[in-house]
Amino acid sequence: MPVMSYIQAVTAALREEMQRDENVFVLGEDVGKKGGVFRATDGLFDEFGEARVLDTPLAESAIAGVGIGAAMYGLRPVAEMQFADFIMPAVNQIISEAAKIRYRSNNDWNVPMTIRAPYGGGVHGALYHSQSVEAVFANQPGLKIVMPSTPYDVKGLLKASIRDNDPVLFFEHKRAYRLLKGEVPEEDYVLPIGKADIKREGSDITIITYGLCVHFALQAAEKLAEEGIDAHILDLRTVYPLDKEAIIDAATKTGKVLLVTEDNKEGSIIGEVAAIIAENCLFDLDAPVQRLAGPEIPSMPYAPTMEKYFMINPDKVEKAMKELAEF
Amino acid sequence: MAAEKINMPQLGESVTEGTISSWLVRVGDKINKYDPIAEVMTDKVNAEVPSSFTGTIKELVAQEGDTIQVGDLMCYIETEESNTAKTSKETHQERESKLEDVQEDTVKDQSMKKRYSPAVLRLAQENDIDLEQVEGSGKHGRITRKDLEKIIESGTKPTKEKTTTMESSPSEENKKTDTTTAASKQSGPTSQPGDVEIPVTGVRKAIAQNMVRSKQEIPHAWMTVEVDVTDLVTYRNQIKDSFKQKEGYGLTFFAFFVKAVAQALKEFPQLNSTWAEDKIIQRKDINLSIAVAKDQELFVPVIHHADDKSIKGIAKQIHELAMKARSGKLTGDDMKGGTFTVNNTGSFGSIHSMGVINHPQAAILQVESIVKRPMIVNDMFAARDMVNLSLSLDHRILDGLVCGQFLARVKELLENMNENTINIY
Repeated sequence: MPVMSYIQAVTAALREEMQRDENVFVLGEDVGKKGGVFRATDGLFDEFGEARVLDTPLAESAIAGVGIGAAMYGLRPVAEMQFADFIMPAVNQIISEAAKIRYRSNNDWNVPMTIRAPYGGGVHGALYHSQSVEAVFANQPGLKIVMPSTPYDVKGLLKASIRDNDPVLFFEHKRAYRLLKGEVPEEDYVLPIGKADIKREGSDITIITYGLCVHFALQAAEKLAEEGIDAHILDLRTVYPLDKEAIIDAATKTGKVLLVTEDNKEGSIIGEVAAIIAENCLFDLDAPVQRLAGPEIPSMPYAPTMEKYFMINPDKVEKAMKELAEF
Repeated sequence: MAAEKINMPQLGESVTEGTISSWLVRVGDKINKYDPIAEVMTDKVNAEVPSSFTGTIKELVAQEGDTIQVGDLMCYIETEESNTAKTSKETHQERESKLEDVQEDTVKDQSMKKRYSPAVLRLAQENDIDLEQVEGSGKHGRITRKDLEKIIESGTKPTKEKTTTMESSPSEENKKTDTTTAASKQSGPTSQPGDVEIPVTGVRKAIAQNMVRSKQEIPHAWMTVEVDVTDLVTYRNQIKDSFKQKEGYGLTFFAFFVKAVAQALKEFPQLNSTWAEDKIIQRKDINLSIAVAKDQELFVPVIHHADDKSIKGIAKQIHELAMKARSGKLTGDDMKGGTFTVNNTGSFGSIHSMGVINHPQAAILQVESIVKRPMIVNDMFAARDMVNLSLSLDHRILDGLVCGQFLARVKELLENMNENTINIY
């Protein structure tokens, strides 16, 4: 099995889906000739040509709008927002149109579109290149939000997103692009959207998180294993709608739950996870549900010291895990 | 001289590692700040890494071709500046924080011992585990779900039945009282046809509560002495008629006993005190509660400052309080402030009894019936007027020795009361 980086898995999924289904096409800023600012669409322009790898103007509303139209017409667009931070001009298209068209048209129309966007900090990207925007979309029935943590999950879930008959927001952590490497099968496979995945079995504390923070939690868990603390780690993978059953199982397993997100704490995805646990797991809980998240600050600061303060890292996760284990 | 580290810099967004394609310096080279020291290749860019310091290359840690994580060590540079001050400060801080850790560890804080999580309570109930006996491994002695899971797994459950201690957890205590009240509702005493049911209200209820409280809180102990009051009886019988005529109320034996007790309490203030958990309060004033019965009710009005009063004064006040009690005119002030109780059980013909202490006082003295009995005086039988004085004492405050001394003193005072020594005014 070849070892791939996170971003190579993105490219592999795109290439394989474009080869498999000629209705699949890519559009976005600089995705064509340049191959994307992060090189996610590297080589696709040469392989599939300008008709299926479209460079668009700097107009995110148009990228989403064109995608929605094409999808309703039967194509399977994969739109790239260069940074998740830039998705804001397209919010009206995504929430008012893409998310609602199936419901509004009584099943006559649907939008099989995937919107990819790199999110997250820790790369000196500052305000407009570091944000986590998933919470903005996480109460819009009709949308699905996928946020994978490993190259294996990236390939399987991106393929599933492209094949899904409804709009999927596919958020990729930009720091994970070249940081995370892992074995990815060459053959075709899909992973189910809406299913969380246990990344580590343990019996002392449960960590529920997603995206790059899964990686931090795994690192911290390895360290704490030396101290005899055995962590159970659940990767949400799909943050909307949430896999309630997996969340309840994981929380019940140890009764001590730490929720981690890089997003600002209040109103984040993990608040909903905490609510699910509160509704279902009272008599199994052995400690207050803990949340580790970014501070209530408008966005990622540029100064490295301040960025470090804002970002979640393995040390912070380890400290929170240890405190919970000792409670 | 100080060795500074040069770490792999971040060479672009999303770049997390870089491969050293070639070193541009060798060990021993003198370099200036911002001079390029190495060429680094990433999958996004090729770049030169500048030196962050002016100094001499001391050691190249990474080799050409090595892939280094962003932030990881590339090489050491020896600079002119001294940073010893900085390091010594750091170690000092470290040492301090370590000390704090140690102190925290040594203080065994058990404040979370009885804070049970929902999971712990559920497991304890389902498996009948007595949480009082479980050692908590959590923070500040908290019992964790894991602790219980381990106990359940091991199969050695500390259950309530196996213990002899009476300590129980709040939850279990609640459960116990719940079951007792439930049981009493179902199988408590029920009245048969013809029985009379008297609702427990008012004074009866207050008496019941006070008695229960006293018996539950105070560890009672008892002691009785026998006093020869022949002389006192002779004297009192001589003057009782003229006293009644003169003063308008009777001169009871009880007044003499109260006087003797007040005087002895002055000498043994230990008995004139109150238990207050972490301390014992010795009262300055000697205010003697006396028990006065009326129908189904029992009152304990108080003779304030009994030690200041003459026998006549005491007799007068006993008379007044008894009258008030019988006509239902006792006020709150009449009942307040008692520091010791003298109970005239002799008036009912009792010759021995064990009083319940009037909470929160330290002791109660029962003055029993005066009975003429054959006693041996100077190796001969003699008919003597004898009385028993029975003391109940709070054993938290008082011990046998001081109580024995107190009773001996009361006995001495009473036995020496005769027409030559007593001044009733």
